[in-house]
Amino acid sequence: MPLIWLAFIVLAVATLGYVMGWRRALSTVGGDARHLHSLPSYYGWNVFLKVVVPAFGLMIAWVLIQPLLIDRSVVQLIPETEVSEGSNIGLVMSEVRRTAQGITAAVAQGDMAPDMATDANADAAEVAQVLKDAGQIVTSDLSPAIVQGAQRYVELSSFGNLLMSIAVLAVGLLAMAWAVRESTPVFRARNVVEQGIKALLIAAASIAILTTIGIILSLVFNTIEFFRLYPAGDFFFLLEWAPSFSGRGGASSLGVLPLLWGTVYISIVALLVAVPIGLFSAIYLSEYASPRVRAIAKPLLEVLAGIPTIVYGLFALLTVGPLLVSVFGDGGLLGVSWQGGGRAVITAGLVMGIMLIPFVSSLSDDIINAVPQAMRDGSYGLGATQSETIKQVVLPAALPGIVGAILLAASRAIGETMIVVLGAGAAARLSLNPFEAMTTVTAKIVSQLTGDSDFASPEALVAFALGMTLFLLTLGLNVFALYIVRKYREQYD
Amino acid sequence: MTDAPNFGPGTDAVPNRPKTSLIAEDARTKGRNAAEKRFRFYGMAAIAVGLFFLVVLAVSIVRSGIPAFTQTVVNVEFTMTEADIETAEGMLFKTKMYAQFLNTALTDQMNAKGLEVDVDEKAIQRILGKTGGIIREFYKGNPDQMGEPVAFELSASSRVDGYFKGRVTREGFVDSRFLKLSDLDLVDSLAQAGVIQQAFNWNFITGADTGVDNPGGAGIGASLVGSFFMMLVVLVLSLPIGVAASIYLEEFAPKNRFTDIIEVNISNLAAVPSIVFGILGLAVFIQFVHLPQSAPLVGGLVLTLMTLPTIIISTRASLKAVPPSIRDAALGVGASKMQAVFHHVLPLAAPGILTGTIIGLAQALGETAPLLLIGMVGFVARGYPQGFIEGFTDPNSAMPAQIYTWAARADVGFYEKAWGGIIVLLLFLLTMNIIAIILRRRFERRW
Repeated sequence: MPLIWLAFIVLAVATLGYVMGWRRALSTVGGDARHLHSLPSYYGWNVFLKVVVPAFGLMIAWVLIQPLLIDRSVVQLIPETEVSEGSNIGLVMSEVRRTAQGITAAVAQGDMAPDMATDANADAAEVAQVLKDAGQIVTSDLSPAIVQGAQRYVELSSFGNLLMSIAVLAVGLLAMAWAVRESTPVFRARNVVEQGIKALLIAAASIAILTTIGIILSLVFNTIEFFRLYPAGDFFFLLEWAPSFSGRGGASSLGVLPLLWGTVYISIVALLVAVPIGLFSAIYLSEYASPRVRAIAKPLLEVLAGIPTIVYGLFALLTVGPLLVSVFGDGGLLGVSWQGGGRAVITAGLVMGIMLIPFVSSLSDDIINAVPQAMRDGSYGLGATQSETIKQVVLPAALPGIVGAILLAASRAIGETMIVVLGAGAAARLSLNPFEAMTTVTAKIVSQLTGDSDFASPEALVAFALGMTLFLLTLGLNVFALYIVRKYREQYD
Repeated sequence: MTDAPNFGPGTDAVPNRPKTSLIAEDARTKGRNAAEKRFRFYGMAAIAVGLFFLVVLAVSIVRSGIPAFTQTVVNVEFTMTEADIETAEGMLFKTKMYAQFLNTALTDQMNAKGLEVDVDEKAIQRILGKTGGIIREFYKGNPDQMGEPVAFELSASSRVDGYFKGRVTREGFVDSRFLKLSDLDLVDSLAQAGVIQQAFNWNFITGADTGVDNPGGAGIGASLVGSFFMMLVVLVLSLPIGVAASIYLEEFAPKNRFTDIIEVNISNLAAVPSIVFGILGLAVFIQFVHLPQSAPLVGGLVLTLMTLPTIIISTRASLKAVPPSIRDAALGVGASKMQAVFHHVLPLAAPGILTGTIIGLAQALGETAPLLLIGMVGFVARGYPQGFIEGFTDPNSAMPAQIYTWAARADVGFYEKAWGGIIVLLLFLLTMNIIAIILRRRFERRW
């Protein structure tokens, strides 16, 4: 990977620059640092930053832009006849890229002669055979156009990489020369370095914004692409989810409603488990428990929140599911045959509820503790018992916060993936029976995007529309929850 | 004073009011006290139920996962001379001849212990798999061992392994080409002679994933390495970026619109479902930048974006905990604002930052959903990466994704591996959390 070596070289140049800047600043004042504006190390840092920042900036920009330019140039080589029915130019281009990767790897291993990799007249079948022998994954029928495209791709990217190395090193060295030259006693190195560091700090803080923008853009663009291929009305209002597998033809029914229903149903079951248990635990821990009990029980309950969700998923699939079948299933303990298989709404809901218990309990605990003691004392003074105080004074006062906590838990439940992928099943259904398998938005995002998806069929792109639905749903719930908490919090302050 | 109506005993100002007494509880008080007890009981029951779930989870992990660490092996010791090997190599089916040597050795061993058994060639093959190849490979690799007694430790097939671990039972056993009921008799007598034993399964810790038909040989080692490289990426990126962002927001940021937007963004990102980060990684890093699929580098980048809010929130808390007097003192002796922060505040906040980072890393280590979308599932943990740099770019899996892959396979033998993988994963998480707690206890300063 030459990129990493380039990065190391830039760092080495920068380190050299640090030493040179430091030396030059000191030598201009005859080795007496008191005559410098800043401490000598600041002159060194000045050079270091001026080398590293532009060089790495250029490198990152180049790496991002080069593939786009090469793609544009290679696309012109692919004739339109190459794009077969039911396919598109994006698929052909990914084929070209895969072949190009194969050629690069084969040449690196020595399995392919370098002139074959660049020879535009090379026989496509021969190239394909050599690639296969070298253990590279290529499709069986490499057409000449694709091979030519791939060769052009390899050629352009190796040329681009060379150009990038030269450009990055040139920028680094020039910046070094310039920065070393300005290392004079009157140069305010500390101020410049501190300005630079501050700019870097701001850049780091902006990554949060960039991430959000990235999420929104990747969701929006792919969702728009999806609605271009598939009618939006069907997506929102169709009561059926039945994607046809790409390549087999046939129209897919991609209605979001069954998935949303599955999501909501499982979340409701989860909240039915988590809210009573979590809330009563919080009440007991904050109002009744002795400090000793609290010190033991609270961390133990919170362990449940630290366990990875894959563990809960496996727990649902292999422990809870079979257990529920042995109770509710055919020939089970209750003698009712309600549940057909381990994967069901109740399985996923129950396990997700367990996961959410500490979420509800620790948030509610904080909120109940925030209710002023004076309100309790007033209630006791009127002769209320402790439970009456809790039910009629503390809980109503804490209610907005508790509702906020429950909403946050609900948003967690809606976004949860692993438990439903393993525990809830794969069939989309609109049903009220909790013992049936249903599926959720998150589970379908996983199943539509796992494996070799081509990102161009509506069956794959629908995952982005589902992701958008999920993102908006959880964001809305979070904002609403925070709004409620903020609005009513100030009552006692 | 006397204006107040007198509702004392004997008056009838309030009609139908029952008489009350401090000695005898009336029905209403009884009811209220019972309600109090009930309410208290509900609270205790809720905690008990929560802890019960924790115990059930722990027990089912340990009980189902421990068998993954043991393996059924057959110990056979025998000698092959150079002449023997030459005969075997001269045969049409070379490995068959090697297998025959093993079978005779096995029979001899049994006879020496006084157990008369009829060792059937086919039965041995069903129990041990194709052994000839293994023996041949061994002698090819170690020609100097010829003529000396060699102790072979051969792992039994997954069904025999299951028989010892209770997964396969004699009741309801159906003969198949993989295992016959008569084989189990042979296995029993082998076990009686101590030839078949349970041994610690090192292969599970160090091995790589196997194909769908060989659950016995699957190991978590390769995906552990994948997780390691991912965590390296997360650590190298999220720690400096997170600390830099927190320093800006806590120490330098003016109160303006831009800062507000960043703050809102960070708190919202912390609540975005992890699968959405997977979609981001797929669309940006793989679709747009064309980074390789299934690479730990991409996984690390996605998990970095996911852990950043956690690290930023905890770092800001520890920066806030450093008292302003420290900053004032530094500024008072002539330090610049930047120097005050980097020379004085940051070192004092370091233990807290470190604790937060470890907890963030532990969270990232257990995350699965985004990894599914960037292709770290399926049969990708084929082997160890060849070098350090390849470790970041070669297709690999990660521990949680590997566990998911095993759980999604049809063969029941893989479930045991999945539980075993969870034990390994939880051990790592436990270690990280304990380190974080120790760091906090030892270095946390309260002002």
